[in-house]
Amino acid sequence: MSKITPEIVAEHGLSKEEYQLVLQIMGREPNITELGIFSVMWSEHCSYKSSKKWLKTLPTEAPWVICGPGENAGIIDIGDGDAAIFKMESHNHPSYIEPYQGAATGVGGIMRDVFTMGARPIANLNALRFGRPEHPKTRHLVHGVVEGIGGYGNCMGVPTVGGECEFNKSYDGNILVNAMTVGLAKANNIFYCAAAGIGNPVVYVGSKTGRDGIHGATMASTEFTEDSEEKRPTVQVGDPFTEKLLLEACLELMQTDAIVAIQDMGAAGLTSSSFEMASSGGVGIDMNLDNVPQREQNMTAYEMMLSESQERMLMVLKPGKEDMARAIFEKWELDFAVIGTLTEPDADGNGHMVLYHKGEKVADLPINPLAHASPEYDRPWVPTPKRETLSPESVAAPTSIMGALKTMCGGANGSSRRWIWEQYDHMVMGDTVQRPGGDAAVVRVHGTQKALAMTSDVTPRYVFADPVMGGRQAVAETWRNLTATGARPLAITDNMNFGNPQRPEIMGQFVGAVEGIADACRALDYPVVSGNVSLYNETNGTGILPTPTIGGVGLIDDVSKTVGIGFGGVGQAIIIIGETHGHLGQSQYLMEIIGRDGLAMEDGAPPPVDLALERKNGDFVRGEIISGTISACHDVSDGGILVALAEMAMTANIGAKIEDVSGQLPLHAWGFGEDQARYIITTSNPEDVLERAEKSGVWATLVGTTGSGELTIGDEHSISVAELKNAHESWMPDFMSHPEAH
Amino acid sequence: MKATVHVTLKNGVLDPQGKAIEHTLSGLGFKGIGDVRQGKFIELDIAEKDKTKAREQVDAMCRQLLANTVIENYTIEIIE
Amino acid sequence: MKACVIVFPASNCDRDMQVALERSTGKKVDMVWHRESDLSGYDLVAVPGGFSYGDYLRCGAMAARSPIMGAIKKHADRGGLLLGVCNGFQILTEAGLLPGVLMRNANLKFVCRDVELTVERNDTAFASGYTKGQKIRIPVAHHDGNYFTDDETLKRIEGNGQVAFRYVDNPNGSLNSIAGVYNERGNVLGLMPHPERLVDAQLGGTDGLPMFDALAKGAA
Repeated sequence: MSKITPEIVAEHGLSKEEYQLVLQIMGREPNITELGIFSVMWSEHCSYKSSKKWLKTLPTEAPWVICGPGENAGIIDIGDGDAAIFKMESHNHPSYIEPYQGAATGVGGIMRDVFTMGARPIANLNALRFGRPEHPKTRHLVHGVVEGIGGYGNCMGVPTVGGECEFNKSYDGNILVNAMTVGLAKANNIFYCAAAGIGNPVVYVGSKTGRDGIHGATMASTEFTEDSEEKRPTVQVGDPFTEKLLLEACLELMQTDAIVAIQDMGAAGLTSSSFEMASSGGVGIDMNLDNVPQREQNMTAYEMMLSESQERMLMVLKPGKEDMARAIFEKWELDFAVIGTLTEPDADGNGHMVLYHKGEKVADLPINPLAHASPEYDRPWVPTPKRETLSPESVAAPTSIMGALKTMCGGANGSSRRWIWEQYDHMVMGDTVQRPGGDAAVVRVHGTQKALAMTSDVTPRYVFADPVMGGRQAVAETWRNLTATGARPLAITDNMNFGNPQRPEIMGQFVGAVEGIADACRALDYPVVSGNVSLYNETNGTGILPTPTIGGVGLIDDVSKTVGIGFGGVGQAIIIIGETHGHLGQSQYLMEIIGRDGLAMEDGAPPPVDLALERKNGDFVRGEIISGTISACHDVSDGGILVALAEMAMTANIGAKIEDVSGQLPLHAWGFGEDQARYIITTSNPEDVLERAEKSGVWATLVGTTGSGELTIGDEHSISVAELKNAHESWMPDFMSHPEAH
Repeated sequence: MKATVHVTLKNGVLDPQGKAIEHTLSGLGFKGIGDVRQGKFIELDIAEKDKTKAREQVDAMCRQLLANTVIENYTIEIIE
Repeated sequence: MKACVIVFPASNCDRDMQVALERSTGKKVDMVWHRESDLSGYDLVAVPGGFSYGDYLRCGAMAARSPIMGAIKKHADRGGLLLGVCNGFQILTEAGLLPGVLMRNANLKFVCRDVELTVERNDTAFASGYTKGQKIRIPVAHHDGNYFTDDETLKRIEGNGQVAFRYVDNPNGSLNSIAGVYNERGNVLGLMPHPERLVDAQLGGTDGLPMFDALAKGAA
């Protein structure tokens, strides 16, 4: 055993203080395998050491929450004995290094998180953020990431139904790939990770273990100097074929009563899965690494424990069920190996992880101190300075309103994402009721008239300008998007992507965003049930825009009542729900037409989010959808009323005649302002809708009628829907067809 | 014994991936590239010690699975 | 009418096919694992879409050599109805039950969208619910749907009237815009578009329904 030097400790990413804690817990110097285990368990990724203190403040409970954060994914009750299980997770850095495999394994990982708990994945979503389009790497990254997501999800036969894609220079060196999976299970057949039953077998299933993804920094340590780089690929390669088999085999075994506990081997593979199971169950594990199915020769204990090979699971089975379980996995042509046994905790109540390899005991670690005593930091932070609200008059008018609209609908961030989602199979499984391109995707609960609505949203420039308001807005926007399909929003998953938390201003963004998210969750009865944190998204001291991506899930009781964003026919009345103040600070208009980047103080504050108003307006709109009085609904977000109207028109290929009701506001502020809590609806019975709105105290304005092929405002401003659509649909294919893309 | 198999598209069969490679290489400034054709390379460890028999075995593998002879050609090399 | 759906490792449109067949036949449709070897007693065998064996090596290549294929060939030889959709079509061409091959899409991208098809003939058990020349809207979802064959075979299948459906706007580079073909006898159909995906108005259309209704009636 090699000596542990301060260099080796540093290469494992442990601080001096953390290493002192290691010595204290062990009561001796650890060997290299043990040190490796500490390093991955205490990594930011596994321990949430910078974020834990703040994440604890998020609301996580509601009567319909079956399981909140802490397990593989969150679970909500959707009635009739059904449960929805979902989570979003980032795979940012790997996707920047190798976009195809990075994105593919991200999708594979999040699907495993969901089916580990007993759910069949029914939908995937992806929130993608790339650098500015002109950046030389952007096309290549978009290509690889989209293909990787499609390659994995399509093969799995799980529809990819929604997501978002944004371009901004802050992501030039740090793209974001956030993948979300929603699954369905029976509420009485959910599987957790807590191991139980002393003497029960610990079973490894799935792919064989290779030297995938073993942390680069550890390569220099003395034990590994002889071998070449070739031995240690740090990029993990996804195998969706094996994962599909693993999914079917796991779900088949889950129909029996054989499983006590199950955990997928995600980041830090065998280490985190085994520790997680043991610490949750308060037991120890004796593991014989000789029995681990191995893809490569002469693997060390260290390598096996730290490998991030994909498509693997760890399970605890009831005694005597091994043969039956083995038969299922062998039918699906997967490895199945008993690699350990659960053991009694010691006199102090601590379980131990004892590892054997080639007849020797190679590690003996106390589980609870390692899993629970991981460091928790209260990192210093400074609040983000408040910005002034821009007055509507202070932002210049465009030379042409409709010209500006066309530019926004046909720009990098306003254009159609069809080029992306047509590469994803969004219909397989035969339940996709609302396909990509609307406010939220709607996927039927198989064999019922119920459906789940799902969406992902965040407006990073808002979060940068005011983290609290931006955090609120991200949650509120998902809530609105679900509401606009007629769904009752139930819960969220949060994927917190930030820069270096050791910088107080970045930590301040994090703290502010958490506060805003918590406010919104509380006000909207919309708790956080799962999540993921990705920090250090930074290159040369420049962090990304703070990006707390929110994935929201809602329930539709009767899917025949859902509405889409396309105008619901010709001759329909158009009503705007919610009041318009012409808020242009941090607006898409300010970015795309005025050419600001949102970073400067004078680019103003983001729109304020009044959560009580959100709730009032949203509840009204949902009630109307459910009672069948409206034919289309779209929430108003980026680009304001005019962009929302244009999207409704382009989706339906129907124009509209809109009155100029801007009143005291400049028309561009009325049309492009991004005030929150607003929706646009169409109906054939405007009088009734307006009357009910008034009774409910909801601001509602009749603004026009659908029809013709033109979108017209007042007497002067008009553009053909075909022209808008052409601009909207062509940006992305044109951008991606540039030869450098391949 | 080791056998290697190259599977390539037959002449006259459109190869969109080859075309894309050709296009990108030109884009990168490589001059004078003619037709680019891409294919598969398969390496096999086989127990058979006799070279002729080994080749026969691999030939059968190619016909039955490794190549689709409607569109693909293959070449076999046996390495001791 | 007794129908079954073959399941290969990583078939993934098997359930969708089962749902569509059960909706039209009103009877339970069996799922048959690829290691089985007997299909006697079935009037219709469906080979569903998916990524059998991960599409590794070539789409459909490995599945076309799996144990069930002997029984599938026997079923086709005795005149039983055999439907291959998407990966199922790829498998049937790899197995030599249908002419041609499906190559990588001309633009190299996976494509998932509704496309318009022309019904080339309606005198088969599969298409009797359509009219000849009818335009129908059916989704495609594939990476390798670019139909190719040598000139001689192309002449033959065109001459025999073996083309079942053609794309109105070719999404993948297929020769003669061929979206689906029959065998000479007309009891085997392979097509890239997914009729089983549009049999339910809630999902955006029912243009796939006449195929399954016709099969249910014809093979009753």
